[in-house]
Amino acid sequence: MKTLTMPSFGADMAMGTIVKWNVKQGDLVSKGDIIASIETMKGLIDMEVFDDGSISTLLVSEGDEVEVGVPIAELQLKNENYSNNKPELKLENVSLDSGELDTSIDVNKTPVDDQILADKRILVTKDSQDQNVNRQNTQQPKISPAARSRAERLGIDWRLLSKGSGPDGAIVLDDINIPDEKSAEQVSDTVKDPSNMMRQAISATVSRSKREIPHYYLQLDIVLNNTINWLSDHNANLPPSKRILSNAVIYSAIARALTSFPAFNGFYRDGHFQPSESVHLGNAINLRQGGLMVAAIHDAQRLGLIELMEKITDQVSRARKGGLRMSEMQDATVTLSNMGDRGTDSIQSIIFPPQVAIFGIGRQREVPWVIDNTVNIATIVSVSLAADHRVSDGHSGARLLNKINKLLQTPEVLM
Amino acid sequence: MKSQSLTYREALKTAISEAMRNDERVFLMGEDVGNYGGCYAVSKGLLDEFGAERIIDTPLSESGFVGAGIGAAIGGMRPIVEVMTVNFSLLALDQIVNNAATLRHMSGNQIGVPLVIRMATGAGKQLAAQHSHSLENWYAHVPGIKVLAPATVADARFMLSMALKDPDPIIIFEHVMLYNESAAIPQPEKCPDMHQALVRKDGTDISLITYGGSLSKTLQAASELEKQGISVEVVDLRCLRPLDTLTLYKSVEKTHRVLVVDEGWRTGSLAGEICALIAENCFWSLDAPPSRVCSKEVPIPYPQHLERAATPQVAEVVEAALKLLNRNVT
Amino acid sequence: MNADNKVHMDIKHLQLLFKQMLRIRRFEEKCAELYTQQKIRGFLHLYIGEEAVAVGVMQALKPEDSVFATYREHGHALARGLSMDKVMAEMFGKVTGSSRGRGGSMHIFDAEKRFYGGNAIVAGALPLAVGLALANKMQKKHDVVVCFFGEGAVAEGEFHESLNLAQLWQLPILFVCENNGYAMGTALAISESEQHIFLKAQSYGLNAQAVDGMNVVEVESAATQYCQTIRNGDGPCLLECNTYRFRGHSMFDTQLYREAEEVEAWKSKGPILKLQRWLEANEKLSAKDLELIENQVEDEINQSIVFAESSKVEDISDLYLGVYAELES
Repeated sequence: MKTLTMPSFGADMAMGTIVKWNVKQGDLVSKGDIIASIETMKGLIDMEVFDDGSISTLLVSEGDEVEVGVPIAELQLKNENYSNNKPELKLENVSLDSGELDTSIDVNKTPVDDQILADKRILVTKDSQDQNVNRQNTQQPKISPAARSRAERLGIDWRLLSKGSGPDGAIVLDDINIPDEKSAEQVSDTVKDPSNMMRQAISATVSRSKREIPHYYLQLDIVLNNTINWLSDHNANLPPSKRILSNAVIYSAIARALTSFPAFNGFYRDGHFQPSESVHLGNAINLRQGGLMVAAIHDAQRLGLIELMEKITDQVSRARKGGLRMSEMQDATVTLSNMGDRGTDSIQSIIFPPQVAIFGIGRQREVPWVIDNTVNIATIVSVSLAADHRVSDGHSGARLLNKINKLLQTPEVLM
Repeated sequence: MKSQSLTYREALKTAISEAMRNDERVFLMGEDVGNYGGCYAVSKGLLDEFGAERIIDTPLSESGFVGAGIGAAIGGMRPIVEVMTVNFSLLALDQIVNNAATLRHMSGNQIGVPLVIRMATGAGKQLAAQHSHSLENWYAHVPGIKVLAPATVADARFMLSMALKDPDPIIIFEHVMLYNESAAIPQPEKCPDMHQALVRKDGTDISLITYGGSLSKTLQAASELEKQGISVEVVDLRCLRPLDTLTLYKSVEKTHRVLVVDEGWRTGSLAGEICALIAENCFWSLDAPPSRVCSKEVPIPYPQHLERAATPQVAEVVEAALKLLNRNVT
Repeated sequence: MNADNKVHMDIKHLQLLFKQMLRIRRFEEKCAELYTQQKIRGFLHLYIGEEAVAVGVMQALKPEDSVFATYREHGHALARGLSMDKVMAEMFGKVTGSSRGRGGSMHIFDAEKRFYGGNAIVAGALPLAVGLALANKMQKKHDVVVCFFGEGAVAEGEFHESLNLAQLWQLPILFVCENNGYAMGTALAISESEQHIFLKAQSYGLNAQAVDGMNVVEVESAATQYCQTIRNGDGPCLLECNTYRFRGHSMFDTQLYREAEEVEAWKSKGPILKLQRWLEANEKLSAKDLELIENQVEDEINQSIVFAESSKVEDISDLYLGVYAELES
């Protein structure tokens, strides 16, 4: 017995209506006979029978509309070797593919969709393989534009977050949370006040710093006479705009010294310290309207004094106008806080995480000083060092300060 | 006196004749490539050197002779089919899209089509709407073909032989404004693998991505921007399908800002595709939206000032870049 | 053709022609059934009624010759010698198909048999065939490229471009126009100002003539002579075969564009019936012979179905295979 179903005449056809049966129960039919007229959306199509036999039952009446594949009649086959379209055969004549009937397709198994896959088939250079690896190593956390603007509105310094919950540790909206109801109200009031935002950012930073970093503090008073004398000679015939100031010399000495003390120049993240290959000196700049910006002088250890002086001047002026580049605001590997202008002798600073050290530079002052058993007047400056005890200890800190001192005694080498 | 420099067209001619000398399967076929010497004088003199059997002037039957090129490639030859310009290639689109691009796949990897099709492209000569198209993106849209855009004399000199070695159909776009460009005689090292994009100029503040005829405008824009203290990186795509996305992403991750310069119309442009890829893959590194400078939504007009207004120009690229950098136009 | 040029055929050959045509007929009928059961999907264009053209022309070809055909190419594929298993599996979309299942009914290819499709754009293959013939000529080969197409293709510019190029360059190509009177639902009379296709070809300078496409002997004779002309380097030829398809353009065709009587009239002059009657009249085909042939054909078809049913489909992870050539890294 063979079941005849509503035939499909094309992919467009979903339903068909038997308009007319040309046969009735019991009729003999031959292969190729037209047994019904079927109405489709394209018009009438004849339905043929593919076997010799006799009509056993009609399952559907004229006028019925049925879906493709639905049984519409039963055919008693003349040749009973058939059973519902699966012809039997001597299988040894046929080589089957492992005998499994695998016509199923796993629709959940999607191919890797991208041109990148196609690229990889074609672009097979060693470089491209390496590049692919390097792209994964990012130095600082990424942040989505939406998260960034929410952070700014809330006065949250997102750079303090070592990572967020987004792909590859990116910071997303979910990571920038409104602290609680009360703060939310306060926040909305202060939304438009930039200095308040700044205050809050600083507050967040220093709180975190004190919470997380075990600070230790060292200080050294450094005699600046040699530096001052050398500068005076150098600057003798130069216009003010071209003169080198002692700050530049001190910064340079610090940068150079740091190259021998990597434990003070780099980032502490995720439980371990990564020293930086270069010294990006963070110059803490006070803004006139209040607040602080730390601007990085890239590769400070490689700069000559003149160049360093120019950079500092330019950066300070741009910072005050709001024109610092992103890389300058983010890249500092160590920070300098110069309180000399403010008139304090020294300053014990708070480290900016994830950095591991911060220098404080006091004012230059004249004091009586013993040199070769005699009392002289020297111009000294107190240079303090706060460092992360997880990464360095007092012994190396002291050696670092002494190295700086040594360099400042022979300033010409910094040129 | 031997010239120390080579023009883009001479570079192409050298490439073609070298290929034909090295491989007897290579021949050139197209309209006016023989007796006329080539519409852009690329094949001048080749008929004399190689004869009419290998430098074949065809009737004006784009579909016919592009299809014949495909058939000849199937049959064991290595044809270079020259379609005079991309504007006329539309007549052969069926052969390219329905045959060249599909035969390998439709036959279950049995039949490859090692065919090179060269076409002139682009605007700038006041040739008006029907002779000024940039349709590289239409072809770059189709899997099964590869698309190249040599923008320099070196690439014109050496990309063709790489294309001839490739077992798949390749379309090479030659911008009409480049044929007269001249440079020092290029060395092969100046032309890396044809699939690679090249950083033509290093920079750190913004990536300008471009191809073909727009490269020189983009480099000019870069130099204008440098005067304003901006460090610009210029990436020449060279291969439009497949795109060397690794080089692109590396550049954008370095600079965080990207501007694509593309002479196609903005809507549905290749620049749009590149911006989408960058948004998808470099989102976290971006400091500004991926942006593009393209031709305006107008058939290319005839008068010079309008043609210029319709197509990307240096000033426009500079302005767009400054905007991305939050700088004012000075 | 005059009597001197007649190609002589013996009885064995005629019986072979008969079997080949019947084999195609039964195959197509079975495909129709499988299609209504949705085992075969997409479009299905049956060759029923036109078998004499493919079978007749293929007799004139050697293995080194090349064949281009249209989407109505199952008969051509089988007559060219492609394995029925592979063709059926291709229609089922299985990886064991002639194109790994990638092409389906309209894109049967076999590089080894020099069978280049299986082309779904009307007239799209003509320039390809011209190009292959060009390559053959450049490589100094005397092989023939045959390009089958319907009379509908004559309306496309590519037909004219291709004939012009073929004659201009004196290419070794045989164009075979299977004129079945209808381009899908459009009768030739309402689409061509000049309905004699061979006359158009002659106007381009080709050797061209029309033959009775229902007479496999006539087709074979003409094709053989033309192939000889081509192998001798005497220029391209076009053979117009007047034939008729007994079914619709494709399966989903209500055939509103033609009368049932017309179809019946042509059926009575069908190629298999024609040859069968001649063989029976000359007592070269007994009822037993016929039954044997039918059974052999049926067995082969059923075997191909089992093969197709039991074959696997291609892995989705291989989706990108064959878009470009795989290169060594």
